[in-house]
Amino acid sequence: MQVIAYKLLDLACVIGIVSGIRLMNSPTTARRGNLVGAVCMLIAIIATLISNQIVPVKALWISMGLGAGIGCLLAVYVSMIQMPQLVALLNGFGGAASVIVAFVVLTGSVAAISGVTRLTGAIALVVGSVTFSGSLVAVAKLDGRMTSLPIILRGHFILDLLTLMCIAIVIPVLAIASSNRTSILCVLSILLGLIFGILLAIRVGGADMPIAISLLNSLSGIAAATVGLATSNFLVVSVGAIVGSAGIVLTEIMCRAMNSSIIDVLTGKTALSTTQASAGSVDADALSETVQSVPTGESIAADMDEAAAILGAAKKIIIVPGYGMALSQAQFQVKQILTRLESMGKQVKFAIHPVAGRMPGHMNVLLAEAEIPYDILCPMESVNHEFGDTNVALVVGANDVVNPAAKTAVGTPIYGMPILNVNQADYVIICNKDTCPGYAGVNNPLYLPANNIILLLGDAAETLSKLLEKL
Amino acid sequence: MNDLLLPALFIIAAVAGYKLISDVPSLLHTPLMSGMNALSGVTVSGALVATAFAVSTQSQVLGCAAVVLATINVAGGFLVTDRMLKMFKREKL
Repeated sequence: MQVIAYKLLDLACVIGIVSGIRLMNSPTTARRGNLVGAVCMLIAIIATLISNQIVPVKALWISMGLGAGIGCLLAVYVSMIQMPQLVALLNGFGGAASVIVAFVVLTGSVAAISGVTRLTGAIALVVGSVTFSGSLVAVAKLDGRMTSLPIILRGHFILDLLTLMCIAIVIPVLAIASSNRTSILCVLSILLGLIFGILLAIRVGGADMPIAISLLNSLSGIAAATVGLATSNFLVVSVGAIVGSAGIVLTEIMCRAMNSSIIDVLTGKTALSTTQASAGSVDADALSETVQSVPTGESIAADMDEAAAILGAAKKIIIVPGYGMALSQAQFQVKQILTRLESMGKQVKFAIHPVAGRMPGHMNVLLAEAEIPYDILCPMESVNHEFGDTNVALVVGANDVVNPAAKTAVGTPIYGMPILNVNQADYVIICNKDTCPGYAGVNNPLYLPANNIILLLGDAAETLSKLLEKL
Repeated sequence: MNDLLLPALFIIAAVAGYKLISDVPSLLHTPLMSGMNALSGVTVSGALVATAFAVSTQSQVLGCAAVVLATINVAGGFLVTDRMLKMFKREKL
């Protein structure tokens, strides 16, 4: 009877968490949804302790206290620009926790465990290990502790295949092995998983990071769900599965936004073409001439005056922020410009490319941090047709996502990627650091001399401050 | 019974999750992901039981490590999600 009661409580928690996620579909209710999820999780943890009669075990409380403390510190001190690193790190922790639980279940039990437990436990060991090592590599890349360029080993693909084959052998062997070999097979599974995670993550380039993080997010959920299967834990199975498919949804969205497939990213196809065709799109000589002609003091001042005059005369302005804005922390200057332009009676919107930033939705968080209201942050698909009747497109630190070469430069990594059509606006003002190619390594034809394009090169925060003075 | 019920549940939850998450606007994708970090800490439930009933010291120590890691996810995930969502404000009318 009591067992059924606790199962029902678990079910209630799952339903609560699901309704919490439902509330995430609008920014007005999302905060409440998160709170509902947190409360349900708390109830589920307490119910686990009570139903298993393990409330008095001190070690559990100490561990939970320690974890909660570290978690709070991370959450409070992380900056918004570091959010991708934090999410990647937590993906890794989730994977590691699953690995350890599976290991303890498989090796620590004195009683015989069922074949299903052994099989799902083995899968959890491998998936969790892949998540853990892959996430740590992603953190190192995002944090600049490791090159963001793809690292491709000699025979990388063969190594991938070999590791996968070994994994495909070790999982069923572990599932049917006699108990005295379990430990060594578990360690082998973990090692193979760790190796595969590293192989997978090192060849992902910086531009593909949003896809990699989404995928690792999904894997952390799948690892949790398989641990749930191994431990016959209803709650862990269902919540893990939800996290798993959430990651898949985001991975799909990111792939669509970059016009690449997950297979392309993982097999390094996008990385390969980067080296082949970096000069393909734009006449490199013409570009270097522009670069040389730009940085004289007088022409910069003149460009600044012209930009201010154009903005002053405009009625409708769309601001296109990119990761360069975040790097120079210019979102606060952007907010000042926004306030000024709105006080001058102009209509101002933001156009957000799905892969602007280093993870899905990153740009929105950075702009929200600068207190820019979310109702003028427009996703690409809803705002892209408006550039035609826009007077000025103000590009701040964005490059690849506005690069018209995506439509013409066959064979480059960004070819076919949907872009924001800033070149359809009457004028384009670009506040970028330099005219170097963006993360994808493809030259941008917008940097070529044109009557309706003004380049304001340099640190975006400084440029915008100067521009604000002239407005 | 459990051997069939749990995999079925896995599939149902995955399909339901897919539908739910597809409705979340791209505006909120970053907090969504950190929220998913928090939820992936649900392993803590399995970790608590495995640790409490572990026989060897090695298993107990490992189990505690799993509890720590999973709780970092739960606490850190929910808290940072709240911190982000708090910043999203509508234009004053």
